[in-house]
Amino acid sequence: MAEAALPHNLAVYEPSLFGTYSKKVGMWLFLLSDSLTFGALLYAYSYGRISIANWPTPFHSGSIVNATIMTAFLLTSSLTMVLAVNAAAKGNEKTRRLWLLATMACGTGFIVLHAREWSNLIAEGLRLPIFPAVPHQDVASEFVNVSKAVPQFAATFFGLTGMHMLHVTLGVIYLGVIALRRKFIPILLGLWLVAWLATPAYSPFHYGVHVLLIAALVCSLIMWLKPKIYDAADVEVAGLYWHFVDLVWMFIFPLVYLMSTKII
Amino acid sequence: MEAFQQAIQEHVAEQHRHHRLTPFFWVWGTLLVLTAVEVNLAYQNMQPKRMLTILMALSIVKATLIIGYFMHMKYELSRMKWLTMCALVFCLAMMMVFFPDAFRILSLGVR
Repeated sequence: MAEAALPHNLAVYEPSLFGTYSKKVGMWLFLLSDSLTFGALLYAYSYGRISIANWPTPFHSGSIVNATIMTAFLLTSSLTMVLAVNAAAKGNEKTRRLWLLATMACGTGFIVLHAREWSNLIAEGLRLPIFPAVPHQDVASEFVNVSKAVPQFAATFFGLTGMHMLHVTLGVIYLGVIALRRKFIPILLGLWLVAWLATPAYSPFHYGVHVLLIAALVCSLIMWLKPKIYDAADVEVAGLYWHFVDLVWMFIFPLVYLMSTKII
Repeated sequence: MEAFQQAIQEHVAEQHRHHRLTPFFWVWGTLLVLTAVEVNLAYQNMQPKRMLTILMALSIVKATLIIGYFMHMKYELSRMKWLTMCALVFCLAMMMVFFPDAFRILSLGVR
């Protein structure tokens, strides 16, 4: 409304209290509220860790190596995101797109490794009651006992890491829309179909991948209602979200994985 | 591109004009090294409380580097830095009120 009433000139507006544009301040406000969501989940995990004396330490070296590679992927993606923001600020469209795609590739690597980790843990018996039953599962495996003896472990582990995985997935989609605009929608729908058909029916990902379908519909609607060319400010704001996802993992990794390492 | 969008584009370009990329590579390297230190610590068979303290301290250092450099908070106005960070730290610190209860459960005995 204000844009319609006023001429398109920055000089007519009073300078921002924070010395920056409102889109960026809006993203910071969202990130502050989201950090409280993750804060509550991390505190819930820590509460369980403190109050339960026989808290399991089930992560063997394979899981720790996997999680370390995931961390390296996220840290590298933050660097490529910085390079994308820098290219966008200089108006270099091609380089900006390449660095955004590199960031998405690192993010996708993180998701794939995380999904593999989840699948291994579920196959070994670590599960939530709402997960479908895994056929031919060894009932005497270590993780089955963990799920029975300390159900809070599986609940907080899947709750915390699942919420983070959802954020990373949405971040990759966000960057995809910024980098490729409408061309990203058919790619997203293709990924949804492949992921849905490739995952077995007992896997929680068989249902979880529908996030991609919902995201494709929402993104299509947004781009149909407000078509625009995404500029340097949009890349910078998307970058803030992406770095936040990286930041949260810097607390999840030591708290969830390293504090539950199995030392032989 | 609309004139208003063009003006914001120029504002972003101006904010980034003086940033050299070298410090970002150093920050990335430091974050990787700190991660390696954390993983090494996990295999030191330390007391959980001591290990938690060290790991959280390292995580706070990593978070500061990410917010300061990658999220560009270092280059924002002081009032932006103070308002956002103080609000965040205050709200997160308030959640610590639950921890005494967790310790109470741990040491709960039969009367």
